[in-house]
Amino acid sequence: MSAGPLRGRVVRLGDDVDTDAIIPGPYLNLTDPAGLGEHLLEGYDPELSRRIAPGDILVAGENFGCGSSREQAPVAILARGVGAVIAASYARIFLRNAINLGLLAIESREASAGLLEGDAVDIDLAQGVIAGERSGSFAVPPTPPFVAQIIAQGGLVPWVRRRLEERSAAGGGVDHEP
Amino acid sequence: MTAQILERHGIEDGRPGAFGLARCDLVMVNEISGVLALEALAQMGAQRVFDPSRVAIVCDHFVPAKDVRSADMISRMRRFAREQGIENFWEAGGTREAGIEHTLLPEQGLVRPGDFIPGGDSHTCTYGAFAAFGTGMGSTDMAAALALGEVWIKVPETERVQFAGTPGAFTTGKDLILAYIGRVGVAGATYRALEFDGPAVSALGIDGRLALCNMAVEAGAKTGLVAADATTVAWLAERLDAPPAPLAPAPGAVYEHHTTIDVDGMGPLLAMPSSPGNVVAVGDAPAGTHVDQVYVGNCSNGTMTDLRQLAEMLRGHTVARGTRLIVVPATQRIYRQALAEGLVEVILEAGGMMSPPTCGACYGGQNGILGAGETAIATTNRNFRGRMGHRDSRVFLANAYVAGAAAVAGEIVAPGAVAPPGAPA
Repeated sequence: MSAGPLRGRVVRLGDDVDTDAIIPGPYLNLTDPAGLGEHLLEGYDPELSRRIAPGDILVAGENFGCGSSREQAPVAILARGVGAVIAASYARIFLRNAINLGLLAIESREASAGLLEGDAVDIDLAQGVIAGERSGSFAVPPTPPFVAQIIAQGGLVPWVRRRLEERSAAGGGVDHEP
Repeated sequence: MTAQILERHGIEDGRPGAFGLARCDLVMVNEISGVLALEALAQMGAQRVFDPSRVAIVCDHFVPAKDVRSADMISRMRRFAREQGIENFWEAGGTREAGIEHTLLPEQGLVRPGDFIPGGDSHTCTYGAFAAFGTGMGSTDMAAALALGEVWIKVPETERVQFAGTPGAFTTGKDLILAYIGRVGVAGATYRALEFDGPAVSALGIDGRLALCNMAVEAGAKTGLVAADATTVAWLAERLDAPPAPLAPAPGAVYEHHTTIDVDGMGPLLAMPSSPGNVVAVGDAPAGTHVDQVYVGNCSNGTMTDLRQLAEMLRGHTVARGTRLIVVPATQRIYRQALAEGLVEVILEAGGMMSPPTCGACYGGQNGILGAGETAIATTNRNFRGRMGHRDSRVFLANAYVAGAAAVAGEIVAPGAVAPPGAPA
């Protein structure tokens, strides 16, 4: 996740958008991100699915990403070039997956309620501000330090790679177990 | 119980909201979460899993393989298991024992009270039926767990959920959890660990507890636990090398939240389309709700108890014209037992069909997909729009008595309308 400002257009979604709506079950036999991205939000609204463009910012209501743990959901969001998700609240597994993959997922009831469909929005994480041209400005809530550290390292893959290297250097690495 | 379990697994700061790394007793993936996890594992530079004996791979979602892509996914998991020396690998048709992950692993003696088990499937919370902290995560988390034997967690707030009173006839573990979700909503327990108790929970057999804990995630919970009591110990004693120790809440245990639900005299419930939180009494379903398909199975309700309840409804009846019945025993062992008890004959004679153990149509995979405008009643755990097929199909969730009664009547009716209340199975 880059620390620089990010600009995108708001695509609004409702409450309780489940991961079946984000990427329907029949597509779970796809393993390439681009293929998954093609079907992003097809279960929610096939017409809306077609018009999502790179850089768009998904703005959802409560409990975004509820249901299945399928990581294919945030993978599809990233593959489609979506810049960020802003929701009033998240289901816990989806939020974990977003953190682990480096998908920017901001939890803000104010921004969720206030951002207008189609508005051009700048997200400046360094300043902690979400600014919509027509919608006004909203604060980005602070990230817990533990989570910030995973994000700062580029997601869970580099974070684990580093831990494995540390264990290996310490001589007792799991890599060396029989 | 939540704090007890997490402390035993390396979480030093057990206060809700604290972060830490929890040691895993078992790490479970299926072919859908597994394939992405293997890619992340390679990117992490891990050559070996942390402990092959503590990894379980269950191919259950797209089994038997429904197309070339899913066959390739299963092949990949099979190869990985072989390369890594993982003996806990199952796929349909290859071994005597196979089935749906959350029913299979306890059956195989891989789930013990007090265990911490992250799984690459949201319904991993099912293991709470044995007072094991099962919790669903995504593929990259599973890759971390496979590599390190640890995962990061945020310590959840706890909620004591007490069920007061004695439920009425045809009411099961499914109905307890539907009553809870109906009360608090689909995000009512987000990030919490639920601890279920009360006489109605103690009275449940293991199968009923599996159904109860399975759907904790449908309220957003991280897990849902039932104390490991004499029922648990007796059940596990047949499946473990040594009987496990019971696990109960510590005296004076503190919970951040309390919910009490009066289930005295409660009858069976339904979750109406298209949310597990849209719960009503069966009698309050719209009159004459026709069902095109009845689906009995999945990781919440594909047990012997469910098949017995279904058969109780079907005996002496046939499936209504215009309705089809698909029955999915959750494991091969359950399938064999159902054959031995004559339940499969009852189902087939009534006109129903048997599916092999598979996640199948529950998530829209295969073996019973709904067409546009069709309505199903299912013992599964999710009825989101389009979950089981076309976007304009509908799913009602219910227990196996209610599903069986609907198969006979062709519409949603109270089980008592089909079979007089008898001795519960």
